[in-house]
Amino acid sequence: MNIFNLFSSKSSSKDMAKERLKLILIHDRASISPELLEIIKEEILAVISKYVEIDKSEIDVKMTKLDSEDGNSPALIASIPIRNIK
Amino acid sequence: MGEAIVVTSGKGGVGKTTTTANIGTGLAALGKSVVVVDGDTGLRNLDVLMWLENRIVFTLMDVIENKCKLKQALIKDKRFPNLFLLPTAQTRDKNDISIDQMEKLINDLKVEFDYVIIDCPAGIEQGFENAVVAADRALIVVNPEVTSVRDADRVIGKLDSKGLENHQLIVNRLNYKMTQSGDMLDVDDILDSLAIKLIGVVPDDRSITISTNKGEPVVLNDKAEAGKAFRNIARRITGEEVQFMDMSSGESSLISSIKKLLGIR
Repeated sequence: MNIFNLFSSKSSSKDMAKERLKLILIHDRASISPELLEIIKEEILAVISKYVEIDKSEIDVKMTKLDSEDGNSPALIASIPIRNIK
Repeated sequence: MGEAIVVTSGKGGVGKTTTTANIGTGLAALGKSVVVVDGDTGLRNLDVLMWLENRIVFTLMDVIENKCKLKQALIKDKRFPNLFLLPTAQTRDKNDISIDQMEKLINDLKVEFDYVIIDCPAGIEQGFENAVVAADRALIVVNPEVTSVRDADRVIGKLDSKGLENHQLIVNRLNYKMTQSGDMLDVDDILDSLAIKLIGVVPDDRSITISTNKGEPVVLNDKAEAGKAFRNIARRITGEEVQFMDMSSGESSLISSIKKLLGIR
């Protein structure tokens, strides 16, 4: 960081590159393909649907990272909005 | 017994062949006996960077197929009597060489030379497998770009799984001004992402294009920043501790003196 950057409020292309690189490497290293992720998602939904009514259009399942003690460990984050408890 | 070093990257066009030519020449300038081996069968270019393209008679393919002796295929450099090129065939395919053949060839070269520097082709297929099989060390060349760092990560993973854990990173084509203005990944950003140690940073330098035109590796140019960077890498390969270059020296002296006054790096 240098002082000249303090005057520009927009995020730099370098920061964008860093963020994108981070996510790409998490995906590559986890070696979970989009197809596999889709299968996992379907199976999770099937289980949850047995007990609660969920909003299928708002579901978001993705690979990301957790800041743990030993650096960045990959994590599967699922956001599943519930409409009604059955 | 010498050391075999493979120069690899995964992605194409990041400067593997330029790095191979410069490190080979740099080590020869330090008095080491060196052979640079072109691993890019079918798309050879190391000969052109060394300006030895007119002297090729036999290739490593001829050696493997017993059409000539190893010594007949070695081409002596124009400047250093202790530097040789082992070219590959232009009209053949990477799949024409087996891993076992390549392993034997590199091991034979290690008996004769202090350093065997192998220019690995882009990709992670047969050509890559052949280039890394007998290597004792790998140098991974990366540009400060997301695509290049991503491919380097994949290659490092592959090398680790083969047990080739003696590997170091060369960041090539770094534009210091762009890193400072926030428009290019910096060395630290790259090192944060990859599980690897740094052995050198080569600045983006017009001298590289000029020296490629002339067929004279930039490492021999005392005035070029990139030449100095490659000389430093060659010395580090021999085990010498060399301080990392101050990349800001390329800035205009007015701006850098203002920055110094303000205490900014």
